[in-house]
Amino acid sequence: MASRTALAMLALLLLVGCAKPMRDDLYVLMPDKDGKTGVLSVESGGQQAVLDKPFASARVTEPGRVAAGAVTEQEARQAFGAALDAQPARPISFLLYFLEGRDELTPDSGQLLGRIVDEIARRPAPEIVVIGHTDRVGAVPFNDALSLRRAERVRDELVKVGIAADRIRVEGRGEREPLVPTADEVAEPRNRRVEINVR
Amino acid sequence: MTRMALLLVAVMAALAPALVGAQEAGHVKVAKGAVQIERGGQKVPATLGAAVQAGDVVATGTDGSVGITFLDNSLLSAGPNSVLAIDQFAFDSTTHQGSFESSLKKGTLAVVSGKLAKQSPDAMKVRTPAAVLGVRGTEFLIRTGDPK
Repeated sequence: MASRTALAMLALLLLVGCAKPMRDDLYVLMPDKDGKTGVLSVESGGQQAVLDKPFASARVTEPGRVAAGAVTEQEARQAFGAALDAQPARPISFLLYFLEGRDELTPDSGQLLGRIVDEIARRPAPEIVVIGHTDRVGAVPFNDALSLRRAERVRDELVKVGIAADRIRVEGRGEREPLVPTADEVAEPRNRRVEINVR
Repeated sequence: MTRMALLLVAVMAALAPALVGAQEAGHVKVAKGAVQIERGGQKVPATLGAAVQAGDVVATGTDGSVGITFLDNSLLSAGPNSVLAIDQFAFDSTTHQGSFESSLKKGTLAVVSGKLAKQSPDAMKVRTPAAVLGVRGTEFLIRTGDPK
């Protein structure tokens, strides 16, 4: 009798042991900042869930056991608050435009510079990449040099207002990467630009 | 001989920063509480602006959290009691090709994928002890580890 009770208890323990999930893994697809939503596949032990809607979720309780579902925004916030709060600022890009054949900013772009400086100042440990471009007027070597000169000009302006030079990387891409594709020797103001990427 | 050895050490010391630079994958932009980077058996505190390399393991304490911006603009941030390994990182800033593989051993992670995942759907992979994630964009959350 006693042994039967012991057996029953053992069976119960085993059952409880099985019912308790081995893992409590949670995967959640979030809406992008711009309102769209990407796609995430979660694969475990040959089973797969494809998440493609905002707040779609997959739970994995043991390898090979994948349960698709959804969480509320509040549940996601509760489970991942600290990780979400530690998200770095989103990288941001600016375009500055130049006068034809020169390393002088257009008047409009000159005014934008102040906003860019504010954005850099707001960020902890900022990294800045300045990439110069030209339109297709002139020879390739001339445009390589001009694009680099434009980028260096922007760097100098940033350094002048107090941004550390060692945080800024400068590149010139010449006429190779036009924003607006044109035939050779076509003047195109939108291609005479410097891209400033701030991380 | 000794002079040779000294010279060799000097040359290696001079080369070391260049080698380190080549492996650079990202930088710490947010660090709260205890956060450490383990690199080749050494543990260093993850301070603001610290470089993160392929092969590093980033670990947060019970009060810790960390946010890292990678060279392709991917953002990874981990909550408390998390262990995140940067298994592989390669990024060509001109073609946007390369690969980024990381694994969350335990804890919580928020991910915003960057230029690598945008260029090629197979370029970014995140693993946990129980699952492999295929990333076709863009923002997602991961919790893994044994239940309490």
